[in-house]
Amino acid sequence: MLEVIGLRKVYRTDRREVEALRELTFTVGAGELVCLVGPSGCGKTTLLRCIGGLLEPSGGTVRVDSAPVAGPPAGMAVVFQEYGRSLFPWMSVRDNVALPLRQKKLPRGRVNSLVGEALQAVGLEGTETAYPWQLSGGMQQRVAIARAVAYEPSILLMDEPFAAVDAQTRADLEDLVRSLWQRLGVTILFVTHDIDEAVYLGQRVIMLSASPTVIQDELTVDLPDKRNQLHTRADPRFTALRTHVYEQIQAAKIAAQPSPGPVR
Amino acid sequence: MIRRLLMVVSLPAVLFAIWFAASLSSENFYAPPLRTILVAFKDTWTPDRLRADVLPSLGRLLAGYALAAVAGVTIGVAIGVSKRLRAAAEPVLEFFRAIPPPVLVPVIMLFAGIGTSMKVIVIAFGCVWPVLLNTVEGVRAVDSVLSDTSRSYGISGAARLRHLLLPAASPQIVTGLRQALSIAIILMVISEMFAASNGLGFTVVQFQRSFAIPEMWSGILLLGLLGFALSELFRLAERAALGWYHGLRSAQRKG
Repeated sequence: MLEVIGLRKVYRTDRREVEALRELTFTVGAGELVCLVGPSGCGKTTLLRCIGGLLEPSGGTVRVDSAPVAGPPAGMAVVFQEYGRSLFPWMSVRDNVALPLRQKKLPRGRVNSLVGEALQAVGLEGTETAYPWQLSGGMQQRVAIARAVAYEPSILLMDEPFAAVDAQTRADLEDLVRSLWQRLGVTILFVTHDIDEAVYLGQRVIMLSASPTVIQDELTVDLPDKRNQLHTRADPRFTALRTHVYEQIQAAKIAAQPSPGPVR
Repeated sequence: MIRRLLMVVSLPAVLFAIWFAASLSSENFYAPPLRTILVAFKDTWTPDRLRADVLPSLGRLLAGYALAAVAGVTIGVAIGVSKRLRAAAEPVLEFFRAIPPPVLVPVIMLFAGIGTSMKVIVIAFGCVWPVLLNTVEGVRAVDSVLSDTSRSYGISGAARLRHLLLPAASPQIVTGLRQALSIAIILMVISEMFAASNGLGFTVVQFQRSFAIPEMWSGILLLGLLGFALSELFRLAERAALGWYHGLRSAQRKG
């Protein structure tokens, strides 16, 4: 379970303060898949780095399974947007997936079987000895997902993981995330700026305001658990939900502009 | 493959032929015909001579170079990861780097005598700067996403050094090592010209002082060949160590 309580982040430079996160409180229950969506520049990455223990918040606490986060928590894996910069280019696909497991001091046999299973789960059998940069963008992001899955986290953070891949690959990867989530029972917090993606993937969608960020609204996605790119997206309920999220994001954007001056 | 080899060999062959033809009827005592130099080369650089003069030179070169590589990478990593250390050390480093190492030969002679250790220290002192400064830059430039990834997967301490910092900085470190190699050869010769009883630099100066001009030229030729052989060896080692880097670069260029 992931609890974010009164989280606040202010960046201080010599001359001025920038308030990125004002006050964020939400919970992601064990085994839940929650999507965070917000207008661009709303501090999603700041929030994610605070949750991941990579950035110290200015106030508030983050708890993972009731233990406060100070530094990267052991049971958490992160998938970043920039797959090209999050895989080690000097290591083969297999070593990229295996390195965190070796750090955990797992026995060699266990490492090998976890790596094999994870690569199979994301459909990358046979690429073990390739370097990441020899693969397409979508495949590289699959390697990053395999690495996260093999780590056996209780919580998986995903920071706009599909923002940099093409639309068809993106649909495949969305389905992959849903099937992995259903199979492994892992808790997922999925950050995205794509409203359709948030509604399609999540059990709940949390909408953020523009920076300084607060929670704009929250929504339970009451679509059937079995989702499908074709039928789910054509479902009238899906359309209604995405309209709601869209309106809230628009409202957040308008609220962010201090005085709507004349259009030049 | 054969075409590449031809490309590599053809220009030196042409230059050599021009030198050979142009100097054929040279009467100048100081610039003898290449033919004479080649004969002198064969007579001078016998296996015994190579063992007595070239091996000690190479030994000093490698010792000084290795010392500089180890010290440069170690100190460079330390400075690269610590902002505070960097702020303190950078002006000092710039100062030392600005000193031409040959100037230090007389100074180091005072402390380390005229033996092998003096030459090794001179070579190490000259070679350490490019390695050190490039390592600092390489470690500083480690990608922030990669660094975050490592941290969130608990890769810290020695594992961070081994799996993240050193490989990420390795292209820069190799650049430093390549610059250092040519400096090492120069300093090897210079330190031997100052004070030595054997070695390539010493032998060339001896030939010059005793007016054995063709032999002197042959020594210079040998130095050139040696430098070429070392840089080719370096290239092979680099290709093996940085294969991933060249692959990554060409993959990025293709987009």
